[in-house]
Amino acid sequence: MSIRARFRLDYPGFALDADLDLPGRGVTAVFGTSGCGKTTLLRCIAGLERGAGRLDVNGETWQDETRFVPTHRRPLGYVFQDARLFAHLDVGRNLDYGMRRVSGADAASRRAAVIDLLGLGPLLVRLPDRLSGGERQRVAIARALLTAPSLLLMDEPLAALDHARKQEILPYLERLRDELDIPLIYVSHAAEEVARLADHLVVMEAGRAVAQGPLAETLARLDLPIRLGEDAGAVFSATVAERDAEWHLARVEFDGGELWVRDSGVPVGRHVQVRILARDVSIANSRHDDVSIMNLLPATVIAHAGEDHPSAVLVQLRVGATPLLARLTRRSAQRLDLAPGREVWVQIKAVALIG
Amino acid sequence: MPSPSDLAAIWLTVKLAAVTTLILLLIGTPIAWWLARTRSWWKGPVGAVVALPIVLPPTVLGFYLLLLMGPEGIVGQFTQWAGIGLLPFTFWGLVVASVFYSMPFVVQPIQNAFEAIGEQPLEAAATLRASPLDAFFSVAVPLAKPGFITASILGFAHTVGEFGVVLMIGGNIPDKTRVVSVLIYDHVEALEYAQAHWLAGGMLAFSFLVLLALYTLTGKRRA
Repeated sequence: MSIRARFRLDYPGFALDADLDLPGRGVTAVFGTSGCGKTTLLRCIAGLERGAGRLDVNGETWQDETRFVPTHRRPLGYVFQDARLFAHLDVGRNLDYGMRRVSGADAASRRAAVIDLLGLGPLLVRLPDRLSGGERQRVAIARALLTAPSLLLMDEPLAALDHARKQEILPYLERLRDELDIPLIYVSHAAEEVARLADHLVVMEAGRAVAQGPLAETLARLDLPIRLGEDAGAVFSATVAERDAEWHLARVEFDGGELWVRDSGVPVGRHVQVRILARDVSIANSRHDDVSIMNLLPATVIAHAGEDHPSAVLVQLRVGATPLLARLTRRSAQRLDLAPGREVWVQIKAVALIG
Repeated sequence: MPSPSDLAAIWLTVKLAAVTTLILLLIGTPIAWWLARTRSWWKGPVGAVVALPIVLPPTVLGFYLLLLMGPEGIVGQFTQWAGIGLLPFTFWGLVVASVFYSMPFVVQPIQNAFEAIGEQPLEAAATLRASPLDAFFSVAVPLAKPGFITASILGFAHTVGEFGVVLMIGGNIPDKTRVVSVLIYDHVEALEYAQAHWLAGGMLAFSFLVLLALYTLTGKRRA
């Protein structure tokens, strides 16, 4: 189960030259600044743009040297940045448009389930121009889901929304991620969305995929520290294991250990994404219990690399199976003798739960 | 009061305008669709030919159509070969001439509507499994409805108002080619001003109402 995409497309002043190998399930974020070719890549996958190349989706060839399956014959769902609801149809009939064009039993129960999942019940008889931006985008997502696609593509579905509307939609996308059993390719230039939603990351730059791999691994790469937001850092998934009512803290477990974080009301058992910025991680050669920092974890040094400023280094570590980044001064790194393979203790000053 | 020959001319005019509008919607829609979406070099020349009747004197158009459909013209030879006979001075000759004469008034509003819709809803339709033909009828045509309404009103009204082309192609045969505009000319020539008033006043009221309807409809849509 995998998606293999290789595209070449030349426009005046821009060339897409992408070679991707993506997992056949889970959420893949395609991340990059605007103009890097991520939307063009998505359009090539959908067949809305025809570049030279090849595309195989979970064992089916959608494009090769001789074949080009037109968009309307590809079992995909596409959510556009601007929703693109049909202005002449109300919400219910927008939802039915794609659903009526695919054969399939239990259509009615699927429709009810999707309407419920995206909270569209009260909107069904409204026309698109009577919807808010966030509502429109929820309808667009539902409309795409109802074609029972085997691949879901989303092109910056939140980019046109203000902060409040984004916060309104993100929980729906997280539910989708947890309940969907088809691959989702999610194009975004917003670090927060990527960190919250993605399992797998592709970083695009000037029409090329400069990095691709599992989210935590790719973010912790030293050769191209990818800034998700303000700073380099690690993002990985964890589960809420315990909530301590006395101190208002929650314990989350991840592959390699556990962390105490501020209790933000997330129930026990819930899956969360954890972000730890490189600047919030310090390193000690022995365990110190006489510090204010709560989260002390044993780790192994993997590698280090220079930073923008000559005084700083970025150290890549591993806590169990989970990669972590730490920013230190070059002098500290030398004093602690942080050679690859060395066992150390990391002190984590701040942990953010993102969704 | 309008005489029986006046009523016959009114009926003929309405019939001519209705048939012409219907035919124009059928052949003008694909032309408008092509003009709105093609990137071909031919877009310019074809668009210009469609728009010619806007600037040409109707007599020029009528003159060339007369030659084409006459016994020596290509179209005339074809219609004779096909057993239809010659088109000039028949109702269907008028229909053919009116189709050319009113074409820009039907094609251009539909073309503008298709251009305003753009590629985006059609791409969305394609991702929802609609074939291009399916998307045309289920998305493009309904979204272009205001354009179709404008096109029908303008095509109908413009055909009702034609005079020069009718005179060149159809002449002035009662019940066959004598439409209202020609009959008014006859009445005035014969100094039957009262009769002329009935028809001319009727045309004036009709034209005003049509344009009023058009501007009210389009005005509401923008608001």
